[in-house]
Amino acid sequence: MSRIRAALRPESSFRRRLVAALLLATTGSLVFASGAFADFLTPESGGSPNADQIDSLYKIILYIAIVVFIVVEGALFYSLVKFRAKRGRVAAQIHGNTRLEITWTVGAALVLVVLAAVTFAKLGSIQNPPNSSPDGLNLAQGVLTASTTEPSPPNGKKLTICVTGRQYIWRYTYGANCKSNAFGLPFSYQEMVVPANTTVVLDIQATDVIHSWWIPKLGGKFDAVPGYRNFTWFKAPRAGELYKGQCAELCGRNHADMTARVRVVSPGEYETWLADQRQAIADANRQAVQLRKQLASDGVL
Amino acid sequence: MATTAPALKPVPQVIAHEVQAEPTRARWTEWFTTTDHKKIGILYIVTTFAFFLLGGVEALLIRLQLGTPNNNLLTPEHYNELFTLHGTTMIFLFVVPMMAGFANYFLPLMIGARDMAFPRLNALSYWLLLFGGIVFYSSLFWQPPEAGWFSYTPLSSEIFTPSGGQDAWIYLIHITGISSLVGAINFYATIVNMRAPGMGWGRLPLFVWAILIYALLLILALPVIAGAVTMLLTDRNFGTHFFDPTEGGSPILWQHLFWFFGHPEVYIMILPGFGIISEVLPVFARKPIFGYKAIAASTVVIAFLAALVWAHHMFAVPVPTVVLGFFMLSSFLIAVPTGVKIFNWIATLWRGTIEFTTPLYFAVGFLSIFVVGGITGIFLAVFPVDWQLTDTYFVVAHFHYVLMGGAVFTIFCGLYYWYPKMTGRMLSEPLGKASFWFMFVGFNLTFLVQHAAGLSGMPRRVYQYPADAGLTLYNQISTVGSFVLGFGILLSVVNFIRSYKNGAVAGPDPWKANTLEWFTTSPPPVNNFDVVPRIRSVEPMKDIRRQVERQSGIEHSETEGQPVTFA
Repeated sequence: MSRIRAALRPESSFRRRLVAALLLATTGSLVFASGAFADFLTPESGGSPNADQIDSLYKIILYIAIVVFIVVEGALFYSLVKFRAKRGRVAAQIHGNTRLEITWTVGAALVLVVLAAVTFAKLGSIQNPPNSSPDGLNLAQGVLTASTTEPSPPNGKKLTICVTGRQYIWRYTYGANCKSNAFGLPFSYQEMVVPANTTVVLDIQATDVIHSWWIPKLGGKFDAVPGYRNFTWFKAPRAGELYKGQCAELCGRNHADMTARVRVVSPGEYETWLADQRQAIADANRQAVQLRKQLASDGVL
Repeated sequence: MATTAPALKPVPQVIAHEVQAEPTRARWTEWFTTTDHKKIGILYIVTTFAFFLLGGVEALLIRLQLGTPNNNLLTPEHYNELFTLHGTTMIFLFVVPMMAGFANYFLPLMIGARDMAFPRLNALSYWLLLFGGIVFYSSLFWQPPEAGWFSYTPLSSEIFTPSGGQDAWIYLIHITGISSLVGAINFYATIVNMRAPGMGWGRLPLFVWAILIYALLLILALPVIAGAVTMLLTDRNFGTHFFDPTEGGSPILWQHLFWFFGHPEVYIMILPGFGIISEVLPVFARKPIFGYKAIAASTVVIAFLAALVWAHHMFAVPVPTVVLGFFMLSSFLIAVPTGVKIFNWIATLWRGTIEFTTPLYFAVGFLSIFVVGGITGIFLAVFPVDWQLTDTYFVVAHFHYVLMGGAVFTIFCGLYYWYPKMTGRMLSEPLGKASFWFMFVGFNLTFLVQHAAGLSGMPRRVYQYPADAGLTLYNQISTVGSFVLGFGILLSVVNFIRSYKNGAVAGPDPWKANTLEWFTTSPPPVNNFDVVPRIRSVEPMKDIRRQVERQSGIEHSETEGQPVTFA
């Protein structure tokens, strides 16, 4: 008993060792957990350079944040332990310290200046799409557009897909003219098929309420707002991947069921798929026309 | 020159007599006719606490639904209704009016006034709040609103949400808005005109500073939301097209108007909490507040910047990069005065003699939680990172760290601190501390993992998630935590009820506090004080106790032991 009591005395080496061990464990777990960060402390990434860049920007902020967290919470708990009321202890009657207060105000501001600088330095790689890789889809020379908001790779060659949100499904229209004249262009619902290593620019719109396009591994969210156009891009490096996401803005009762998938295929497979899809749509249209004729001749219509 | 020898000066003592006329009607009718700021304050606090419990039950239902993947406990319709009710209740019927309740009760006492500047207007503001709440909740009998507390158009327009619940929501905003607006004007007029002799701006208690700025922000922000919901009302019912894109309107206009109100609203909710903390920490550290001027000034700066950050809620809508950059930087800026406050609070504890009472537990709980909310706020301010985080559970976690910490923990801190003044009885310390630990642990269990759920791709406001999405464990932890948190709150409710009759008698100044509300009986009589002392510092009660010690020769140590109860 007396040993334990002695051990709990503040001056005892046991307690000092305990504090040291705790500190070591904390820092150790922080260092070794950096692998685990990828799992639950950082955003999803790996499907597109912009998602990767957001992830690395996030990690920079996370490291600064951990330091700030430890310093502030540490100071708080240190003072709680150290300055608890005891017989004979008198509180220091201090009203402030101008120099100290200016120091921490400037210090906080400096941290934020650094964060702002890092963000603006990284912004280009997040907002501006790169050229498609040589093994990507062979695209025609891009058309120069007057839009200042639509992202475009340096050589102007991109695959444009119009994304249209409506309660409660996503529709994708493939082709450069999808915004001006979508008539006759191939389209699909819910699952988007894209060629690997190709810069894909999404032109995002909505027809009813606000939706939000989000495939976590392919970058951030972009709201689909009726009456507005929003843009984002991605460039998936590997064929054979399937990326999942779902609408991220409350759009009604079945908001949770408005899912989206992006299937990455090789450029060759993409062209085959597109031709098949075009064929399937044409067939379905023909069948619809025949059915309508049939119904008309039967006197139903 | 008449000079009085110090020994002949009367020893200051609490003199406060009931000046009420003999009651002519049954006593309970007083609660309906009263214009006494203290009775109105209690009405506010009790009513809003009831709404808090209601909002809490709604939250527990939400957590039950999300406790298992693909759960069918609630229909998507009821789920949407529940989170709409929960958010709206907590913001408009709990936090904002609860702060008004504290301000009602304590602002006049703290500045040595006998009532608010406009006592009848004050009663009006309470009754409007109650009826706003009743109008809103009566929609339960028909069809509650289901478009979220932010009611984004076009979802909230009558094509997509035809039910009258949405209109009930609009009336709630209107009625409680008028309530808060006249209340704010009342607080402002009271603070500016009715301070005790000698209480200059540099001697105003920091809670009163916070209420002054709270009132200014309400006066600035409420007309904007009142206009916006009126436009929504006419869009829904009278064929206008302010927010209808097919007729030349703009859904984004709604977002701008809503968040121009909505972000100042966040500071409206937490600045009074900051004020409570600034009062409680110096009392239990037995040390003056560190950097009074910096804390008061940072409150003003926060209020100014609060009006310039609204579009950081809209980083994912189509806006030019320069706008994104502006709102990122302005959101960064607001972190500086907030950080200054936190540093000042920690410095207040530093080299003090800290007495671990329940109010101090809640104050420290607030600090440790709010730091996390502040830090995650920086992540969200960086707009490219926000593109990943917005509208996910990361945001849910962030604002619960800010608002549960900044508002709920500070409100509990205020309730534990001021309950003896309001009832004349002490609360049970062991029960209070048990309640704190359940709340603190339950809170962190509930919301810490939600950061991870959001980062793993869980959007907000989804009533189900698939079993294979890797979100099940996070949600299970969160659901368990929410019930631990709920149990903690229940312990406090038991404490409040039990101590009302059975608590130890508090006496005028059980905590040996610093401000003037403790210079009268507990609870104070209708007229508050017979004599208001001249104010010579930010801590008038400390001055008074010192004078008593000097003149009576009896020494009270302020640095030792538990709070003294006046027998």
